[in-house]
Amino acid sequence: MNIAVLAKLVPDLVEELTIDSAGAKLDLAFARYIINELDDHAIEQGILLKERFGGQVTVVVPEGDGADDVLFTAAAKGADRLLKLTGFSPDIGNTRALAQHCSEIIRELKPDLVLTGVQAHNDLDGSLGSLVAGLLELPYVGYVSGVAIQNGAASVRKEYPGGLIAEFDVTLPAVLGIQAAEQPPRYVAVSKVRQTMKTATIESMPASAGASAPLLTISRMYKPEAAQHATMLAGSPEEVAAQLIGIFKELGVL
Amino acid sequence: MSYAAIKSLVVLIGLLIAVAVFCTRLYRRLWVNLRLGQSSGVFGQWGVRARGILVFVGAQLRLFRVAVPGVAHFVVFWGFLVLSLTILQAIAEGLVSFREPDFVLPVVGTLGPLALLQDLFALFVTGAVAYDLIVRILVRPARFEGSHRGQAVMVLGFIFTIMISLTVLNGIHINMGALPLPSWRPISTLAGRLFSGLGPNTQFLLAEISYWIHLGVVLLFLTELPEGKHFHVVTSVPAVLLRNLEPAGRLRAASEFDGGAGVGAIENFRWRDILDFFTCTECGRCQDVCPAYASARILSPKLLMMSLRDHLKDRGAPGTKALLGDVVSTAALWSCTTCYACDQECPLLIQRVSLIVDMRRRLVVDGLLDSELQDALANLGRYGNSFGQSERLRARWAQALEPKIKDARKEPVEYLWFLGDYASYSPALSDITVKTAQVLQNAGVDFGILYEGERNSGNDARRAGEEGLFEMLTEKNIAALSKCSFEKIITTDPHSYNTLKNEYAFNGSGRHPVLHVAELLDQLIASGALNLRHDLASKVTYHDPCYLGRYNGIYDAPRRVILATGCNLIEMPRHGDRAACCGAGGGRIWMKEGEMLERPSEARVREAVSLDGVGTLVTTCPKDVNMFRDAVKTTGNEERLVVKDLIELVHAAL
Amino acid sequence: MGNDVCVVIEHLRGQVSDISYVMLAAARGLAESSGGKVLAILLGHGAQDLAQDLLADEVLYADHPELTDFTPDAYEAVLVQLLGEKQPRAILLGHTSIGTDVAGTLSVRLKLPLVSSCRQITSDGKYVSQICGGKIMAEGELPVPASVVTMTPGGYKPEQGRGSARPEVTAIQPPPLTPMRTKLAKYIEPAGGDVDISKESLLIAVGRGIQNQDNISLAEELAKTLGGVVCGSRPVVDQAWLASSRLVGKSGKHVKPKIYLALGISGAPEHTEAISDSDVIIAVNTDPSAPIFDIARYGAEADILDVLPSLTEQIKQLRG
Repeated sequence: MNIAVLAKLVPDLVEELTIDSAGAKLDLAFARYIINELDDHAIEQGILLKERFGGQVTVVVPEGDGADDVLFTAAAKGADRLLKLTGFSPDIGNTRALAQHCSEIIRELKPDLVLTGVQAHNDLDGSLGSLVAGLLELPYVGYVSGVAIQNGAASVRKEYPGGLIAEFDVTLPAVLGIQAAEQPPRYVAVSKVRQTMKTATIESMPASAGASAPLLTISRMYKPEAAQHATMLAGSPEEVAAQLIGIFKELGVL
Repeated sequence: MSYAAIKSLVVLIGLLIAVAVFCTRLYRRLWVNLRLGQSSGVFGQWGVRARGILVFVGAQLRLFRVAVPGVAHFVVFWGFLVLSLTILQAIAEGLVSFREPDFVLPVVGTLGPLALLQDLFALFVTGAVAYDLIVRILVRPARFEGSHRGQAVMVLGFIFTIMISLTVLNGIHINMGALPLPSWRPISTLAGRLFSGLGPNTQFLLAEISYWIHLGVVLLFLTELPEGKHFHVVTSVPAVLLRNLEPAGRLRAASEFDGGAGVGAIENFRWRDILDFFTCTECGRCQDVCPAYASARILSPKLLMMSLRDHLKDRGAPGTKALLGDVVSTAALWSCTTCYACDQECPLLIQRVSLIVDMRRRLVVDGLLDSELQDALANLGRYGNSFGQSERLRARWAQALEPKIKDARKEPVEYLWFLGDYASYSPALSDITVKTAQVLQNAGVDFGILYEGERNSGNDARRAGEEGLFEMLTEKNIAALSKCSFEKIITTDPHSYNTLKNEYAFNGSGRHPVLHVAELLDQLIASGALNLRHDLASKVTYHDPCYLGRYNGIYDAPRRVILATGCNLIEMPRHGDRAACCGAGGGRIWMKEGEMLERPSEARVREAVSLDGVGTLVTTCPKDVNMFRDAVKTTGNEERLVVKDLIELVHAAL
Repeated sequence: MGNDVCVVIEHLRGQVSDISYVMLAAARGLAESSGGKVLAILLGHGAQDLAQDLLADEVLYADHPELTDFTPDAYEAVLVQLLGEKQPRAILLGHTSIGTDVAGTLSVRLKLPLVSSCRQITSDGKYVSQICGGKIMAEGELPVPASVVTMTPGGYKPEQGRGSARPEVTAIQPPPLTPMRTKLAKYIEPAGGDVDISKESLLIAVGRGIQNQDNISLAEELAKTLGGVVCGSRPVVDQAWLASSRLVGKSGKHVKPKIYLALGISGAPEHTEAISDSDVIIAVNTDPSAPIFDIARYGAEADILDVLPSLTEQIKQLRG
């Protein structure tokens, strides 16, 4: 089983996001980058499939702050090949171009299965998985929370609202947009990652010229101006609790 | 052949057999297994080590921590030494009996005072052993749960028999006039009177029977020594001699084996650790003070040692169990709070915490840790704090303070205040952190903080077995600290204190003394720099944090500070180096709690509440404050007990 | 190039989902300013009755057994052919499990730009999208001459897309739906036997701020004392700290309680879209900039691990 996982890094929402002075881009000075959480699940799902059905896992990450760490951590979990896309910076609104570069890499790899997170929080012009599937004319199923391989085909569990699950049979090769791996992404000891840094190699895959310019323009970015804001209760936790009780009484619950 | 000749022959054969069996068993049990283990490095500081023998073996110092059994063991131990010459006497007289019926050891056999001592000790030992038998068979204290009672009773029986048979033998020999210095042997003489009514042949017969019983049991005991807990008779002296002289708060670096860091199989242990497996006496004193055992019964430090010892016996047998998982359960390994109570208590200074950490290192590398611990470690790795919050928010608590606290990264300071995660990030504790700053300012202390440059000190990550993460955190902190200009480091967090003082590499030169804030306050009060004008006059009790007390010996400074605030200090039953852990250490605060009979923090709160008139529980550790405040709520003691940090007392007394 | 706006109607097991009506409402404004019609595209098998309350100028209905349930390949095949012919101004799909499965491939096959997470299309032809967990709004020209858009709820009320009169339904001949690469094997019902949170009137919801499984008991305690049922957001259910039947969110249940107590929940769109019908939302979170405070009536910047036990205790005391 040849599995390719596409992962990208996104601004960590733990940090405060600010808009730059021009008002149309994120101010990246204090942004910290973290692996897109759903891509981390995709890596985990890929490793689980390898452990269960054998094969090879290749992880592809575009270059940027933290890309090496993501790749080495994936290797420490069991990924076999580490590819870094160079010469291209993913950003809000250029996922399509990223998809084009990734598609070229996938065409060379010829995997049976391509896994990636079903979305990233900074997607604006589509999700990587569905765009790659379109470019490669491969079947695509998103919101996947379970994957099994039977007789050369994939059986995937797709999530619908209300907790409903649909089981799909998908012919391979295919692209899957992962919502959740079957177990949360595993922890890897720092020493193991450091060890892997000495033994594993990251292959650079230069982005070819001539990817399309972004089809989308962003004229303004801003923090949502809420039509309303909550009436904030102040004080110590005990005082807050007391005020909440007052509210419950008003609403007739107490 | 005369009886005397037969006697000599049998004694010789018996001695040879016993010695052969003993040596074979010694080789198979100890030597083979020691050779299995890894290198233990070089041992030095022989003067300190020799003094240790005098204190811990000679004076049996730690045994008196449990008073009456301690006295009993002291008696039996010294009795063993004193009476060892009587055993030598018995063997010698047997061997030469074909030539000299009344052989007496030269020199030592003629010393009256020695004879008296031996005679008296025979009585004392008998008494001690009788007491021990009652304890083992009738009283059955909790600490012996899991220990081999049959073996213990058997050996006590041996000793009892040896004493009685010796006394009877001596007594009858006194009657027969065959034992010199009778006036120095009052006990034996008394014993002899019991038989004086019998005819000389009968007495002779009884004496010989006593002799054979005496020698027989001695030789039997000799062969049994390597087989059970009484091996400590042989191993205790080398064990104490070669004990770990490093500070308690300094763990060894991780060792690397094929599978990765840490201990994954019994042969990954150092031979010095393997020696300890055979030194454990199953006394259970460690078990009695273990908070994990008290709260959940999953981990017993005593049973841990015993199962490691037993595993060595089974090793190599087909279907051998794995060390981690089968012999030692992972749940047991994760239950440990690293409070050091077990290692503090152990009469033979066996160290268990470092073994547990070594095994945890392998579990971490193999990914066998619960998801909550995984999240905490991931947060530590990524954000440098276990709360998963941005590094930039570390000094948020200080934003509103006037005057602004010095930034140690930008200007030189005398004291660099290392806060630790809980003091920085926990909203419930920020009040205490602010008060700490105010107290220091009031005392005119020149201090600064690292602001966003500080990372978790790594103490608990290391004890959770994540050695790589510990290294990474220390690298970052040392890099930040090396750019600063300061004299000393102070902290309110005993965990940070412990690792900064004992494990951070820059401290090798001793250039940066590390003080806990309690030590600094003590100094400031003594020098008059800190003037406490108010007398708090309340009844309080004090909980010694594990990493301040047991690990680093700071017991008195916080108490002096409490008294200086005018409080009336009442001690809990378990205080000082017997203080009962709150349950948060060793990474436990980051793990799933699991099923518990009673939380350690709740047990401690109940202990404080049991003190008449005491309304405040004082401590000097942010995690302790956190744990105890929760426990006060969950035990319904909000009206009865309030938990305060030492700083809050000092602040109120300013 | 056309001026029409096409809306791909989403339906699941015989019910048209709310997002379809939201999209129809969004389409109306854009169609008016571009001078075209709102065309609802309904794919199904024997499903023409689903068209009856769609507020559209025309419903294009394709019927085929392969379209009985949604499958990515079948929908893609029909939509590529149909939309390739129609060449509308915009194609609206839901930002959902159904819509996002085909939006990407559609935009590639039709060579059209794609705008995702769109909350609103303004009358002057701008898209307004919500990204970064709801913390950032991005705005720009809706690309001309045509775009594909995936829409999230929140910008329009479903009622705005419901019509009283049955629209005109035009039958469309689907292309041959030859062996599909994605086939629906079966549906798996959500675990039953547990309480149905979508019918509860007092919900105590916990998010990442609950920190670990043991603390869930604090919420349970409050539920016992105050009444109500404990539920949670994605991170809590993914870790299996709560059963999946208690999941509130895009992939979980939509709830409409009288009171929704959001504890340690940041308020990412995937969650808030499922609670917007609550009467009163009360939020407690240590992050003052959490988006949840924008939809809550009352809020407090506090640690739920401190507030919860205190709240439970005070209620107990009140009750005596």
